Amino acid sequence: MLKRIRALMIKEFLALLKDKRSRVVVFVPPILQLLVFGYAATFDLSRIPFAVYNEDTGAAARDLVARFSASPNFRQVAVFTHEEEITPQVDAKRVLLVLHIGREFSRELLRGRPGPVQVIVDGRNSNTAAILLGYVNTIVAAFNADWQQRTGGAAALASLEFRAWFNPNLLSRWFIVPGIVGLLTLVVTTLVTALSVAREREQGTFDQLLVTPFRPGEILLGKALPGFIIGFFEASLIILLATLWFQIPLRGSLVTLYVGLFCFLISTVGMGLMISSLAVTQQQGLLGAFLFLVPSILLSGFATPIANMPPWVQQVTYLNPMRYFLVILRGVFLQGTPFHLLLDQFWPMALIGLVNLLLATYLFRHRLY
Amino acid sequence: MNPGSNPEDASQAPVRGGSRARLRGLLRKEFYQILRDPSSLAIAFLLPLVLLLIFGYGVSLDAEHVPVALVVELPSPDTASFTSGFQQSRYFVPVFQRNLVEAEQALLNRRVMAIVHLRSDFARRLRQPGGAPIQVIVNGVDANTARLILGYVQGVWQKWLQREALARGETLAMPIQLEQRVWFNSELRSRNFLVPGLIAIIMTLIGALLTALVMAREWERGTMEALLVTPVTMREVLLGKLVPYFILGMGGMALSVGMGVWLFGVPLRGSVWVLFAAAALFLLAALGMGLLISTVSKNQFVAGQLAIITTFLPAFILSGFIFDIGSMPRIVQWLTHVLAASYFVAILQTVFLAGNVWSVILPNALALLLMAAFFLGVSRRKLRRRLE
Repeated sequence: MLKRIRALMIKEFLALLKDKRSRVVVFVPPILQLLVFGYAATFDLSRIPFAVYNEDTGAAARDLVARFSASPNFRQVAVFTHEEEITPQVDAKRVLLVLHIGREFSRELLRGRPGPVQVIVDGRNSNTAAILLGYVNTIVAAFNADWQQRTGGAAALASLEFRAWFNPNLLSRWFIVPGIVGLLTLVVTTLVTALSVAREREQGTFDQLLVTPFRPGEILLGKALPGFIIGFFEASLIILLATLWFQIPLRGSLVTLYVGLFCFLISTVGMGLMISSLAVTQQQGLLGAFLFLVPSILLSGFATPIANMPPWVQQVTYLNPMRYFLVILRGVFLQGTPFHLLLDQFWPMALIGLVNLLLATYLFRHRLY
Repeated sequence: MNPGSNPEDASQAPVRGGSRARLRGLLRKEFYQILRDPSSLAIAFLLPLVLLLIFGYGVSLDAEHVPVALVVELPSPDTASFTSGFQQSRYFVPVFQRNLVEAEQALLNRRVMAIVHLRSDFARRLRQPGGAPIQVIVNGVDANTARLILGYVQGVWQKWLQREALARGETLAMPIQLEQRVWFNSELRSRNFLVPGLIAIIMTLIGALLTALVMAREWERGTMEALLVTPVTMREVLLGKLVPYFILGMGGMALSVGMGVWLFGVPLRGSVWVLFAAAALFLLAALGMGLLISTVSKNQFVAGQLAIITTFLPAFILSGFIFDIGSMPRIVQWLTHVLAASYFVAILQTVFLAGNVWSVILPNALALLLMAAFFLGVSRRKLRRRLE
């Protein structure tokens, strides 16, 4: 039996990799994508173009503007002298932020009264706008504290001391890159497996395979193992790059990470084969792969937290293997979460995988149409 | 030529209407093929329906009801006045915890996202110079959410300072009185920018999926060779593939926009015509790219792989849909310029939320036009009446 599975595996690998173009599209893009996305996918803003509309000539106003220009998050690109200049520049996306300091600003401050400052933010991307307002508030709070100290005003009753665990500088890259490990592993294994049965169906060779003495379980293993091995190999490469190239701290144990990877691969290979055995043509296989991939990624907590989703969608995400793997990846990479705390993440993936593999085996012989 | 098997074909009548008739024949064949394998129809209509429903409801960056542990070592009226701010805030679901160790355990297990810690000397140090320190620990793994939480905590703290000052008959004079105005999306509703972005992603998928396999399928099944012996020109083959899928794609677009406006309540401030003109340009570029992939790979497996790799993930991460393009490194910013989706996202977000801003629409539409011309032109050149 082992010999037969081995023969099937060799055939699968040959079918996948004998063509040079197939070899290239299986191995090169994930690495390139990690490099590009690792740099691209960040919520941290830098060099935000902003404009100053300063009607005040006092020193306090100059100080406030200087604090914005000196920040690495902001880049001053224009100085407005008329109110009419604001709308066209914001509309055309040339500036994302306008800092408008009123005429009486410095004088009011010196009189001990609040000085009016207005900020206008482009809200077309509301997340960018929210982060940007956070930066603005930080700069304004620092200005306020310094001004109160200099003028000897009453100090605040209580002060906040912030500390962020696991990611002290709140770099969003530390959050995203472990996610990309899961993302690319998911895409690669689904692709390799989702078309494998559909291709044979379309070419008619699957019927030939079914009349050989192979049992469905053996055909399944022969189909599943290549996807599993390729996924395992590529995931290892991506994990290596994440730690060495992007310098993401790997605080937990590799054993925990690889147990997670193992369960995850079972689930994605199972999903891929299930889709493939349902499909009659490769186009259907591809459509199925997309209908599985896109929701798995968007509902995994990769970019938008699961906690923000409405309760019924949160229930749906329990069916998504990627959800569990992301918890494991981020836990092991950043928090150093020990094995026993992740048990609840391991078994659902293995279960999803086994159910799908069994379904796929059944569908090999009992096609729906 | 074998006129025997193709009697009504244009081999005898190249003079008048030949090209028209051939094209009509090709179109009819393609429509039959679409109807026979319903997956094309599913791509155009089921895909947008399912994706928009899931993401329109599911994807949100607005953190609300964040579980936060409040550790009050020595309860007093002062601590109660501070913590009441958390109970009233819609951003927080406070969980009271007796000691810091328990709270830290909860933070580790992700049961709470943050800890607010008031030490036993809080009430005493409140009236002393320097004030009382309030310790805030946040789980920084999700840096974006962590930053939002810090902002919310700051808000609660400032409101509390103001309340305390009022209670003592003072006015708390913050030197800067900041007035924030967010244009186009004043409540910062993330759905308003995610839904237009999603439409761009869905259209990218539709465009590539519809056409990526069609040419490769003809090569793989050998029907391309059959087509080559007929008098059809390559231009007609290309048009015959393009027109049906263009119609399907625009149908998908109409469905997506309708759902965005009527189901999700995203404001459409610009003109519908501008939106659909831009969508037509984008669809031409996307279909052209799919045709190019299909023409070059001649093998459905490679074509499918290329379609997935070059469309969904780049459109998701590099188009400005979620991540700000301006904050990416220069090289990556250059890469976004070869991505049709990034121009389409810019147009969609502007037309939906800001209106007909021509200074945004025209340059991006021009870029889409160039990309469509490029992809269709290259497909036309790559598609030769030749066997290898």
